[in-house]
Amino acid sequence: MKPALPDGLIVVAKADCPTCRLVEPLLAEIAQAGPLTVYAQDSAEYAADLPSSRYDKTLEHSFHLGIEFVPTLIRVENGVEVERTYGWHKEDWRQLTGLPELGEALPVMRPGCGSKTLEPGISEELELAFGDIRLQSREIDMGSAEDPMEACFERGWSDGLPVVPPTPVRVLRMLKGTSRQPDEVVGLMPPDLVPVTVEKVAINAVLAGCKPEYMPVLLAALEAALTDEFGLHGLICTTMFGSPMIVVNGPAARAIGMNSGVNALGQGNRANATIGRALQLLIRNVGGGRPGEIDRATLGNPGKYSFCFAEAEDADWLPLAQERGIEAGRSAVTLFPGEGVQGIVDQKSRDPESLARSFALSLRTVDHAKLAMAGDAVLVVSPEHARVFIEAGWSKQRLREELEKLLLAPGAELVAGAGGIAEGIPERFKDQQVPKFRPGGLLIVRAGGTAGLFSAIIAGWAASGPVGSSPVTREVTS
Amino acid sequence: MNHSIVLDPTAERAPAQRARLARPASLEGKVVGLLDISKPRGNVFLDRIEEQLAAMGIAVKRYNKPTFTRIAPTELKQQMAAEVDLLVEGLAD
Repeated sequence: MKPALPDGLIVVAKADCPTCRLVEPLLAEIAQAGPLTVYAQDSAEYAADLPSSRYDKTLEHSFHLGIEFVPTLIRVENGVEVERTYGWHKEDWRQLTGLPELGEALPVMRPGCGSKTLEPGISEELELAFGDIRLQSREIDMGSAEDPMEACFERGWSDGLPVVPPTPVRVLRMLKGTSRQPDEVVGLMPPDLVPVTVEKVAINAVLAGCKPEYMPVLLAALEAALTDEFGLHGLICTTMFGSPMIVVNGPAARAIGMNSGVNALGQGNRANATIGRALQLLIRNVGGGRPGEIDRATLGNPGKYSFCFAEAEDADWLPLAQERGIEAGRSAVTLFPGEGVQGIVDQKSRDPESLARSFALSLRTVDHAKLAMAGDAVLVVSPEHARVFIEAGWSKQRLREELEKLLLAPGAELVAGAGGIAEGIPERFKDQQVPKFRPGGLLIVRAGGTAGLFSAIIAGWAASGPVGSSPVTREVTS
Repeated sequence: MNHSIVLDPTAERAPAQRARLARPASLEGKVVGLLDISKPRGNVFLDRIEEQLAAMGIAVKRYNKPTFTRIAPTELKQQMAAEVDLLVEGLAD
């Protein structure tokens, strides 16, 4: 509840501000001329001889007055602020107080100091205590003897690694990273199909260790994950390996310091690690998708802790997001139901034909060398491998087309039973040339360190496409 | 402020113990639905159940989910709820 403003003049000051000390002797003169209220932010001793001086210890008055600097002088008429000035400006103070001789001996101008309300760590506490924000989530009071980190484990909120306890202040700071309202519903979170609010996203982002500036990327990733095409429900429940993997494109990836270079698919970068993790924690905590319960993965994969990286964009190769319809210069996330990483070691190919054949041969093993049009795949091409294609004038599109041709195989070799292996595609394909991937099922991304003639395959879910999951790209907005 | 407060990251669904529906005393006069979730060989299991129910003179209706990867479409759930008294689902292969 915002307190009513006292009519007359208000001065907000800090005892350790030299300019506030400079004007302190003038306050008695101002008080004689009319009603004056003084709020001191840091001490009961400032202007203590004035009966109307208050120590604003909780900073509630300073917060409601929206003070940014001290001293601030405010005129209030009929309970409404009509004018304010800050710092010491002799003419302004004279005009506002109506005292033409005020501070004759003082210099013309002295700047003030910053308000205590804006000191680091304080503003969110004040907003929670006195502001209009109302967080809706259930408050859980941990015992004073409880270790908050251990308590988060015991309540089942963790993926197995420590999480950051989601205190209201941390959650409020996280919410500052997005312009969306805390109560906005992003979508229905499977498998329990619970409405997931921006506030719940922020809480799980805190758990995961995100910075507030990651929120727009995380929200875009969540939106993509919740589309019908992505089919997150089935992906969570499947006995197979896959789980949401996030590829980030555009200026947002650079702005938040994502890694697309050395060890891009590995550990060590906060944004890569925590954005992917936050999405997994939302699945666990809001959706109820926990392993051994509705998550029935036979083996799973380490990407289920977190799997998120940025593309190392190159002027000569169209970035993934632009291939998928996002305008140049915009940021976007692409969600893919990724399994683990399978390396392709080719240190000898120096021409695109040889390297493409090398890639194609390796890509055959996605799902199983005798399966086709089941799982999609992401081919992550390292800069040294990409250079072989770029220098020969091969675009990403050209590489994909060449790979599609190289990946056609005689059905007779792939059908169940062929080669003495029971696994394989249905008999009806035996007289056809069979593509390895369904149309649109092979994605190409450039990433990695600049040294190393190695690329990587990230296989998708064997139930790719309309039957299960298709990759989904969403622009990063707010 | 109290530093021991944290905000619940979950859906805040109480661990509600939902009571199961009572089992019918008899299948006589009841219609039994058999839902195939479209996983390989689920039909083998359901065919055998249909055979046994038919031998007992019990009416059976068969249903298929379009894909096992997704929850059943609302229309299908409504159709089954309207047409049968009990449902048997073959969950896995």
